[in-house]
Amino acid sequence: MTETTGCDKKVPFMKGAKVIAESLKREKVKNIFGITGGAIMILYDALQEYEKAGELNNILCRHEQVAAHAAEGYARASGEVGVCMATSGPGATNLVTGIADAWMDSSSVVALTGQVATSLIGGDAFQEADIIGITMPIVKSSFQIRRVKDIPLIIKMAFQLARTGRPGPVLVDLPKDIQVGEDEVYFYEGELEIAGYNPNIKGHPLQIKRAAKALLEAERPLIIAGGGVTASNASPELIELVEMLGIPVVTTLMGKGTIPEDHPYCLGMVGMHGKMCANLNINKADVILAVGMRFDDRVTADLTTFLTESKIIHIDIDSAEISKNVLVDYPIVGDAKTVLRQLIEGLKTLITSSSSNSDKKTAWQKRIKEMREACDCLEEYEPVTPIKPQYIMKELQKVLDDDSIVVTGVGRNQMWAAHHLRIRKPRRFISSGGLGTMGFGFPASLGAKVAKPDSWVVDVDGDGSFLMTHQDLATSFVENIPVTVIILDDRSLGMVRQWQSLFFEKRFVETDLGTVPDFVKITEAYGLEGIRIENPSEIGPALREAKKADHTVVIDIAVDKNENVFPMVPAGGSTDQPIPCEPWPRRYKK
Amino acid sequence: MTSNSRKDGNENQVRKHIIAFIVEDRPGVMARVTGLIRRRNFNITQISVARTQIENYTRMTFVVQGDSRTLEQAIKQLRKQVEVLKVSELKPQTSVVRELALIKVKSPDVNARNEIIQYINIFRGNIIDISPTSLICEITGDSEKIDAFLKLMNSFGVIEVARTGITALVRGSEARPKIPETPYLDYV
Repeated sequence: MTETTGCDKKVPFMKGAKVIAESLKREKVKNIFGITGGAIMILYDALQEYEKAGELNNILCRHEQVAAHAAEGYARASGEVGVCMATSGPGATNLVTGIADAWMDSSSVVALTGQVATSLIGGDAFQEADIIGITMPIVKSSFQIRRVKDIPLIIKMAFQLARTGRPGPVLVDLPKDIQVGEDEVYFYEGELEIAGYNPNIKGHPLQIKRAAKALLEAERPLIIAGGGVTASNASPELIELVEMLGIPVVTTLMGKGTIPEDHPYCLGMVGMHGKMCANLNINKADVILAVGMRFDDRVTADLTTFLTESKIIHIDIDSAEISKNVLVDYPIVGDAKTVLRQLIEGLKTLITSSSSNSDKKTAWQKRIKEMREACDCLEEYEPVTPIKPQYIMKELQKVLDDDSIVVTGVGRNQMWAAHHLRIRKPRRFISSGGLGTMGFGFPASLGAKVAKPDSWVVDVDGDGSFLMTHQDLATSFVENIPVTVIILDDRSLGMVRQWQSLFFEKRFVETDLGTVPDFVKITEAYGLEGIRIENPSEIGPALREAKKADHTVVIDIAVDKNENVFPMVPAGGSTDQPIPCEPWPRRYKK
Repeated sequence: MTSNSRKDGNENQVRKHIIAFIVEDRPGVMARVTGLIRRRNFNITQISVARTQIENYTRMTFVVQGDSRTLEQAIKQLRKQVEVLKVSELKPQTSVVRELALIKVKSPDVNARNEIIQYINIFRGNIIDISPTSLICEITGDSEKIDAFLKLMNSFGVIEVARTGITALVRGSEARPKIPETPYLDYV
């Protein structure tokens, strides 16, 4: 590109589409997930030059929902911004589910949508949809670019907003004439100062002091770690704090892996299908430190019986999360990593040789340890037929390594994976938490694999969930993105079936999916490898083979459809009274 | 909204709140703001919007019905919008609050007209248009004053009313909400 003298960043009369491509490159975008169409093909045309130079890579998906979920998977596996792209109208509306999912789980995603020319907007033109209006409640922010010269500023803002503070999706709508038009442009360096956007990073020192004191004096402290710990890369600080004070940790679904799940102080997931040891202790704690979590109803269950006796310290970067569902005693608005570091430093000045563990705290730690061991029941599951889903988790656990990434569908498959698999590092467990989007697993696994090509990426999915987005096996084949898909195939919409079985007197309405399809044939139709397993002894070998494979393998495992996910805190019930899993009463007799 | 029962005082009491906020003057800002309030199940009863003394910045004043805890949530959510720069709740006790109403009232004869003019004078309003059988007057004040005036006019026959919704400033020398000094980013 030629640069004018006098103003070194000003480029004379660049075409809009090229300005967008150049802006993406400057945001260090390497991969885009998208589908072309009439209103975005001009941008794709400009991207080709960058693709040829190896600077930007477009992964051509087969459905825009897949593009959006893949961008999420990419963002959550890498910690970078995931980018998805679609044309106007139906292309843009197909992104909506993925954008909503990214919004609920705070994934940093930038969605670029084509739009009809500005002169046609509002006139119900062909493939026109008011995507700014449609997505308004589910984006962190959105922009419709109306002048070519605004492109670099708006794209920069979009990425800065998606990446920083509480991450989230940002949508940029690109009318056709803006992609075609030319103007003088200025590319900005560094971070923008945005008047209406000032995320608070450091916690208030006085609150830190009060929180540190409460933690130190606690007899039964407990930490709840959520997705914010992952987002701010605060795992080292979390672990340091845990070990410093000997505090047990429960995680939310989104917080899985923020502390190694075989760590002696990690109790695993809390909530509706959380570990018995996590749910039965949360209300026993006298001081709760909640980090980067939002007291979702799947965690708290009935609010009137939740944490009624404990003092709560709540760290969150989003002040709107403080006292939203649960009133807290020590609110700290700030970035999890920074605030945890402040807390650790604060505690160091408070801890004296005399402040060793009280007897009560030691008793608490002992109780936690015993219950934690009682929960360690995966080895009990035997290779029986019909296959128990828990046995698949047992076999999968043996094949997973620390850097393997587990992605899940939504439903019972998701909860078995979340409940049983022990994840040892952050960003290694990716699931649709807030929105609970069936069809999320496979696309997100593709995104995760693109982000981490050296990791084994496993999608633990359900037959219902996988069918919603399986057409992108084509993308996996054509773009050569090898993942392993494990279908826990119960030929039903299993989670709803479970609710029918428990709360609807076994009236199985509209949850039986019948005998089709043949997942092996489907997979083979896309040029990939499909395996059907009905004998449990084949699971381990198949997983080990799939891990080594250089192509996508779909392992369709027939599971016992009558096996339900337990423990379970029924919706509206109390975390203190989960329906236990079968092994619990035998393993914990107190 | 759901809340943890343990510490709820009388925060659930539904009452009228005045929120004033400074926003950037860009397309779609009003939709973002009202959408957010709607999502929180709030009813907006009054809105007034106009430019401030500084270019590119608009002041919005809303009157909403809700409990104070939900309001606090709504304000926090509003602050998260990039185009919303500052939000404050204005307490009626420490603010001056005004609304303007244009009222078209029937005045079929001299007696009625004279009586109406007396009322207008008492309420320190103005007649701004007059026809053989009707007149339009303007009344400024807080909403209760306008309500009272309207009640008097009802006996003559009110043809139509246009009210602006209230606007308000905090008393004293400070500005609330204050326009920040961060430079305005130039895009449309």
